[in-house]
Amino acid sequence: MNKRVIISGVGGQGILLASDILSDVCLKAGFDVKKSEVHGMSQRGGNVVSHVVFGEKVYSPLISEGDADVILSFEKVEALRNIDFVKKDGVMIINDLEIYPLPVSCGLADYPKNPIGEIKEHLKNVIVINGQEEAEKLGNIKVMNVILLGVLASHLDIDKDAFIQTIREKVPQKTIDLNLKAFDVGYNYKG
Amino acid sequence: MKELLSGNEAVARGAYEGGLHFAVAYPGTPSTEILENISKYKEIRSQWAVNEKTSMEIGLGASFGGAKTLIAMKHVGLNVAADPFFSIGYIGARGAIVIVTADDPGMHSSQNEQDNRNYARSAKIPMFEPTDSQETKEFVKIALGISEEYDTPVIIRITTRICHSKSIVEFNDRKEFPIKGYEKNVRKNLILPAHARILHKKAEERLIKLREYSNNFKYNTIEYNDKKIGIITSGISYQYVKEAMPNASVLKIGFSWPLPDKLIREFADNVETLYVVEENDPFMETEIKAMGINIIGKDIIPITNELNPRIVKEAFKTVEPFAPLDIKEKAPIRPPALCPGCPHTSVFRAINKLKLIATGDIGCYTLGALPPLSAMDTCVDMGASIGNAFGIEISQPKSDARKIVAVIGDSTFYHSGITGLIDVIYNKGKITLIILDNSITAMTGHQDNPGTGKTLMGEDTVKMDLKKLVEGLGIKHVYEINSYELEGVEELIKRETNRDEPSVIIARNPCVLLPEIRKKPKDKYRVDPDKCTGCQLCVKLGCPAISFDKSTKKASISEQYCVGCTLCVQSCKFDAINKIEGSL
Repeated sequence: MNKRVIISGVGGQGILLASDILSDVCLKAGFDVKKSEVHGMSQRGGNVVSHVVFGEKVYSPLISEGDADVILSFEKVEALRNIDFVKKDGVMIINDLEIYPLPVSCGLADYPKNPIGEIKEHLKNVIVINGQEEAEKLGNIKVMNVILLGVLASHLDIDKDAFIQTIREKVPQKTIDLNLKAFDVGYNYKG
Repeated sequence: MKELLSGNEAVARGAYEGGLHFAVAYPGTPSTEILENISKYKEIRSQWAVNEKTSMEIGLGASFGGAKTLIAMKHVGLNVAADPFFSIGYIGARGAIVIVTADDPGMHSSQNEQDNRNYARSAKIPMFEPTDSQETKEFVKIALGISEEYDTPVIIRITTRICHSKSIVEFNDRKEFPIKGYEKNVRKNLILPAHARILHKKAEERLIKLREYSNNFKYNTIEYNDKKIGIITSGISYQYVKEAMPNASVLKIGFSWPLPDKLIREFADNVETLYVVEENDPFMETEIKAMGINIIGKDIIPITNELNPRIVKEAFKTVEPFAPLDIKEKAPIRPPALCPGCPHTSVFRAINKLKLIATGDIGCYTLGALPPLSAMDTCVDMGASIGNAFGIEISQPKSDARKIVAVIGDSTFYHSGITGLIDVIYNKGKITLIILDNSITAMTGHQDNPGTGKTLMGEDTVKMDLKKLVEGLGIKHVYEINSYELEGVEELIKRETNRDEPSVIIARNPCVLLPEIRKKPKDKYRVDPDKCTGCQLCVKLGCPAISFDKSTKKASISEQYCVGCTLCVQSCKFDAINKIEGSL
């Protein structure tokens, strides 16, 4: 069976890079893989979504409502926005971070009080992680994305070594150890 | 070697392997990365043109000279290039001509979802529709071959979900071909009516041969399964059909103009009920119905928006209609916005304050239409702002006319704003044109243009002098201003919109996302809550770094996002916004 993963967040958070790494990992692990995303308007602080599908033979790169096995959201409201895409028995991994959209910051709309609570009422498997806090513990806020990727990895049936190898190839030489440590923090996270 | 490539990267790879000599385009989502990737192959000369029409004309010229040529554009770009495009349909191709049109079903970043397959039919030009990156690469190579074999331009029609989806591609080596060289041939290349009458006949004869080619094309394939349901499909829709209807029989059309009539009849004869699944227009459906074949298409498949596997399943009633959860409605919309410190901000703030009629154009700055700036009345197509403003001026009796400005970016002005401005001058218009010059084509991801002094392949070139250009057209009042002078910008716009002559304001500062600007150390600013009166003047700038707390009635600035442009400092009447000492 194919696995369908959605990564969501806000323009500038590194969503596309994270999904690039994931699809490279899938290729390395011997799967057929497709990835779909939309460029353009999303670069200017809009919401960004990337779809990754892998398995023995993949047709559609696009994931439909109710079909995602796992959603990783880098931001809380973006998790809420994409709730329709996750399967009833699917997993949602949510980074406990609020980024105000412009209508909220200029007072035209409200940020929901408890988006994670709302999601939990509809979904059994919700994992919440404070990615910034975990990254700060490692002394570098920039490894937040790799921590989140680690959490995602622990919910996919892909050889962990494929992740480790890809991270080694993708990150600057000097930061390999730090990034691998960050990946482990995510991989071993018990939410 | 195998790699994950996007459709756009695959076009570039196919062009390289197929021995392409020359590629030209104007950037436009979702097609931009095609030329960006071709430019990495030094064997191919590649360049940005000022618009799609000049792209098409330069490309045709290269073909006259015997070079294998690729011209890429987004769907609406083909409207701009339509004039030479139709002529090429008659003229044919001495050197191969491959035209890539990147359509945008769902309008992820476009003003319409026109279906450019209709162009193939209208212009008598054959068309391929790949279903993934591997096919995209192969089809570009095949197109380069048949273009010269059949003496015809060839369309590769892709869509956003092909352009920006990655799938696995196997690599091959490049084949080198010599450029054939120029040969004078007026009967073919000079389309006087007398020549064109003969060429039209030839184009029709060519289509008959190409229909046979289509019937035998190895990527037009029948996959028989359960024969109760037979589905004809093409492009990305094929992938949705295969996922949604794994047991159905499928005729996959990779070469969709001219359609493979014999193959379609054969398939129709062998299945019980025939369907066509295609995004947007009933292009194949209309043709197949005209063949006298019963087929079901748009009766069950939506004509608007893009498709996905679920829409196909719902159309065939293999699943219940999806019931969305209402909690997602609680997520506030997150529209794209002008970046913190965007140099266009001051102009839009002034337009809003002065209550001007502002005709807009296509680029990042279209975002100035959104609240709280709300500073744009119209946006139609590339370059339209100037003609639209002039037309509004003509239609308004002087007594109740509000002041009118047209707002356009530097790249869009070069693309097709200049001609509109000449019209204003020639016909005695009085509008004020504001050119937002951020020294780059920003919206599509920072491509060079005639104003940047760099070519696509990274060479230095002449840098257009915008002020001199506009003066040369005959505008007497041309003013350049630093767009970070909030009051200065407002005063200048106020003064020029009161003038009884046309004028041009060039508001200048580089895009804040340019790498050289991002790297610069920046001052950071913060709001002193004791001095903040909650007047929200700073909030009205629409800067994503500024937020307003409704309970405390105080503004605040996100240190992470602030780039130190000082527009908010200048807007504050209570000196409540100050530099964070030592923040540089």
